Amino acid sequence: MEYEPVIGLEVHAQLLTQSKIFCGCSTSFGAPPNTHTCPVCLGMPGVLPVLNKQVVEFAIKMGLATNCQIAPLSRFARKNYFYPDLPKGYQISQYELPLAEHGFINIEVNGTRQQVRICRIHMEEDAGKLIHDEQRPVSYVDFNRTGVPLIEIVSEPDLHSPEAAVEYLRSLRNILLYLEICDGNMEEGSLRCDANISLRPMGSQELGTRTELKNMNSFRHLQRALEYEIRRQRALLINGEAVIQETRLWDEAQNQTLSMRGKEEAHDYRYFPDPDLVPVEISPDWIEAVRQSLPELPEAKKARFMADYGLPEYDAGVLTGDKALAQYFEDCVQQFDRPKQISNWIMSELLRELKKAERGIESCLVTPTALARLLSLIEQGTISGKIAKAVFEEMIVSGKEAEAIVQARGLVQISDEAALETLAREILAAHAPEVAEYQGGKTKLMGFFVGQMMKKTKGQANPKLVNQLFARLLKK
Amino acid sequence: MALTPELVNHVAQLARLTLSAAEVELFTRQLNDILGYVEKLNELDTTGVPPMAHVLEISNAFRDDAVKDSLPVEQALQNAPAQERGGFLVPRII
Repeated sequence: MEYEPVIGLEVHAQLLTQSKIFCGCSTSFGAPPNTHTCPVCLGMPGVLPVLNKQVVEFAIKMGLATNCQIAPLSRFARKNYFYPDLPKGYQISQYELPLAEHGFINIEVNGTRQQVRICRIHMEEDAGKLIHDEQRPVSYVDFNRTGVPLIEIVSEPDLHSPEAAVEYLRSLRNILLYLEICDGNMEEGSLRCDANISLRPMGSQELGTRTELKNMNSFRHLQRALEYEIRRQRALLINGEAVIQETRLWDEAQNQTLSMRGKEEAHDYRYFPDPDLVPVEISPDWIEAVRQSLPELPEAKKARFMADYGLPEYDAGVLTGDKALAQYFEDCVQQFDRPKQISNWIMSELLRELKKAERGIESCLVTPTALARLLSLIEQGTISGKIAKAVFEEMIVSGKEAEAIVQARGLVQISDEAALETLAREILAAHAPEVAEYQGGKTKLMGFFVGQMMKKTKGQANPKLVNQLFARLLKK
Repeated sequence: MALTPELVNHVAQLARLTLSAAEVELFTRQLNDILGYVEKLNELDTTGVPPMAHVLEISNAFRDDAVKDSLPVEQALQNAPAQERGGFLVPRII
């Protein structure tokens, strides 16, 4: 029997605030253990949490960017469980009345556009971190992360392949980065993802028993964990066995998911409204003000790149897949109005060299202005496209200007027609048999003559001119 | 709703409490008394009364996103039964 995977993701995004969600401790990453703690985030008796307004603003932003309805009245709840990384014995989260609900984003998987519904987005506090001792059965608890603001974005089970799940997560991450409310760093845990996955017979509308997958801290892990889990569940179902509802951890080293614990029933968390925090009321004016502050989002930017610059969908997708890259492209176009040419250079030369140098576009040594100048040099006929690529490779490691490199290395294109004609005549004289063949109809030999010229001029001859020249000289 | 000894045991387990049989019997009775007392509220007709989100009639108590000094590490760890490497030392869970 054919089975269809049904996947929903729960994505946790750390918000880029300066201070924690309910106290003034710093949220910065990498400080020595327990140096960013206070009585509030340590869960001391008698303290009162006070909500960071910026957290609400950021959460509203994400809600609007994902087409959610923002709740006019929202409140916090306590989620009760015991774990050493949770000093209060409960996590302040939202249960009933989350901040945003009923949204969607559009994704594209293998050329097919798909809508993924967002069930809810709520605000909550992060837990601390456990560092396990390598020899002894003990852990060290670091509460620096306790109280760092998170939003949890819960999708509906609208995803039906590992590829779709990865694409959805990539799109969410891109939106968070465009909004500048999360740094999207999955390795450091600023963006985390759990997946609920079940299988059902193809065509069935009923949901099968699901498992929850955790510990996937990269797109690749998510893809592989889902692939593994689909294989595992399918094998169980084919053998007539039942899938057990449980939480499973992705183990990258062993390349499999391992059972962690049976899923606690929702009511075991004994959620109840947190009496320490008053409700959040969000007026239509406030929502409107946040809406006005939203930047252009990836989907809109992509559509604009296609419409305004005449770029193919693929180009527009790559360029807008990174806000800084999209900005780089537009800065370049401002100074050199050949969008497709710029796009080609960015997608092939620039991205390849950046990958080689393990740099992001933010720290690229070739500024948009410098790339625009290089392309103008080709346009003006000063250098050929081929030479330009060599110049570019030097620009990206040295940060030098194209003109300086061209001058220093004597790469200026030879466009002196008289000089080229002299060389062309020499070549023809030295290759009488080929000339005869060419004139006998074997016009493919044009490439051979041009090649000879490039050899003589170290690639600096103006290719257009050389072609014209040979065509004329060979006519006789 | 009447609370059963099984439910009392379940709640005790969630709170990591081990109860003797006598305690289960005692708490089942006491908790049922309390729930029965609160049950009286259901006798009120609350038609048309909006649900209450908080006992205080205020909302939007915010603070600005500004960093304040945290506790010195020594103070943060002061009440820890055991500490090591700047962390609270706990038995390993996973």
